[in-house]
Amino acid sequence: MPRYAKHILFIVAPLVAAFAILPFAYNNQLLLFNFVLFLTLAQGVNVIYGFTGYLPFGYVGFFGAGAYGFSLLILHLHAPPLAAMGGAAVAALAIALLLTPLLRLSGAYFSIANLAAALALMQFISNPNLEAITRGPYGVSMTGVFNPRLAYTMALIVMAGAMLVAVWLRNSRFGLALQAVREDPVSAAQAGVDVPRARAYAWLISAVIAGLAGGVFAWYVTVFYPENVFSSDYSIFAVVFALFGGVSTILGPIVGVLILYGVYNFIGFSTPQYFQLIYGALIMALVLFLPQGLISLVKRRGIDVP
Amino acid sequence: MSPDDILRIDGLTKIFFGFRALDGLSLHVSRGEILGLVGPNGSGKTTCINVVSGLYAPEDGSIRFDGAEVAGLAQHKLVHRGINRTFQVPKPFMQLSARENVEVAIAYGGARQGEVDAAALLGSLNLDAVANRPAAELNSAQQKMLDLARALATKPKLLLVDELAAGLNPAELDWVAAKLKEFARSGMSIIVVEHLMGFIEQVTDRVVVMNAGKEIFGGTLGEAVQDKQVVEVFLGGGHAH
Ligand SMILES: Nc1ncnc2c1ncn2[C@@H]1O[C@H](COP(=O)(O)OP(=O)(O)OP(=O)(O)O)[C@@H](O)[C@H]1O
Ligand SMILES: [Mg+2]
Repeated sequence: MPRYAKHILFIVAPLVAAFAILPFAYNNQLLLFNFVLFLTLAQGVNVIYGFTGYLPFGYVGFFGAGAYGFSLLILHLHAPPLAAMGGAAVAALAIALLLTPLLRLSGAYFSIANLAAALALMQFISNPNLEAITRGPYGVSMTGVFNPRLAYTMALIVMAGAMLVAVWLRNSRFGLALQAVREDPVSAAQAGVDVPRARAYAWLISAVIAGLAGGVFAWYVTVFYPENVFSSDYSIFAVVFALFGGVSTILGPIVGVLILYGVYNFIGFSTPQYFQLIYGALIMALVLFLPQGLISLVKRRGIDVP
Repeated sequence: MSPDDILRIDGLTKIFFGFRALDGLSLHVSRGEILGLVGPNGSGKTTCINVVSGLYAPEDGSIRFDGAEVAGLAQHKLVHRGINRTFQVPKPFMQLSARENVEVAIAYGGARQGEVDAAALLGSLNLDAVANRPAAELNSAQQKMLDLARALATKPKLLLVDELAAGLNPAELDWVAAKLKEFARSGMSIIVVEHLMGFIEQVTDRVVVMNAGKEIFGGTLGEAVQDKQVVEVFLGGGHAH
């Protein structure tokens, strides 16, 4: 069996199946939805960070763009939600195209500029003068399309798509070229890779993943404010989950979300008063002792992690 | 330009913060020739390779390669046209296996599908035993060979090697010299930058001596060591600028 088929059969399929079945066994559907959302976002961060080395602190910008791309099509064109998902992807793609010059920056400069861009986008959308178009700071309400069951199904499909992208990158020439770019852009160019183009593709793919996640979020909640879909919590969580598990693998971001978001909810429920303390300490320990993520514990033993 | 020339550089100038690392350099390489490029530290040898391979765009001058002007083209485009190089300090993809290192170049370097076989290429450079190890675990001689393997995977017509011999033991030196000559016999043109004169003598037909970004001598190594200016520059060492 080819490697990619194994990855689909033993990683993607069980994960999707589990989250398809869980709603029948567990009644906190919102929590399950959030798991699916973060699995998607962490895998999206993996695409841009794990495979090219750019750390997107403003990743939520694409999520917000997707949420508004979805909502504007519903509000103004009365598009069916399925078509509006296309709007989510297009909105994120457009923002990513606009921001491709950021890829000329390196390291922290990229991360900070990306963060600033996400904030600027939120300010733009919540401008009261744009009320007629975006509803400005007063938020979006689309109760007409409220259908959490369908929206959850769509979230599963988007997550499956993000997972398949990771499988593709882990098993393709293009994924290998991206890793080469991350390791050493000068040498990658010397191997014949068009470095700026490879980076731009990864950036656009990663943006579309977040945009679709934003669209499906808008559909699921149907009522939201700009601060909700541009909350930097999304960027931070997605980045931390991906790093915790270990990037540039398929499994790392999945493990990161399942453990860390699991712990997050557990502490949040049981001892909310200590929540930030425990969570903050956990993240610090991670950065100090496991910079390559949990997966690196296994990799160190010479085991190839998918 | 003689039709035998694969490369002709004229008046090439590269300026770093006002400093002329290349100052009107001119040289040419024939098809199938191995040219030695020598000169004291800081004379601009690596800069010449960097500019010809597209890492830096020159401020002035022309680079004609295989009949076309290529000065200022991006690195990957030059790779596709047939120019590749190694680095003075090897630059493999550290976290990728040796095999993956060459696979990227096979896939993207412009060689025809099936023209280059990763296993055979690694084997020909004695890297078969470490093919599945991350490049970071290879010793420095092996990393140099991996740099060379990546360049060869793109089927270059012109290969620029920057101090490949430094740090190799005598047996390895003989072996690398034989390899380079074998490449040249198959039609590849090569510029060899090297401080080890024994190695230069072994592999090159002709040398260009550089000083302060210019060529000060062109001819055989035997003639070079008789040349007053060349001797002065090498004995003067640090006074090159
Ligand atoms: N990227 C750069 N930025 C600034 N100065 C540079 C750069 N690259 C080279 N130089 C300068 O240009 C001059 C020529 O350097 P180069 O590396 O080409 O010399 P070299 O002949 O290869 O020397 P060596 O034999 O020591 O390798 C040096 O003075 C060096 O400091
Ligand atoms: Mg040098």
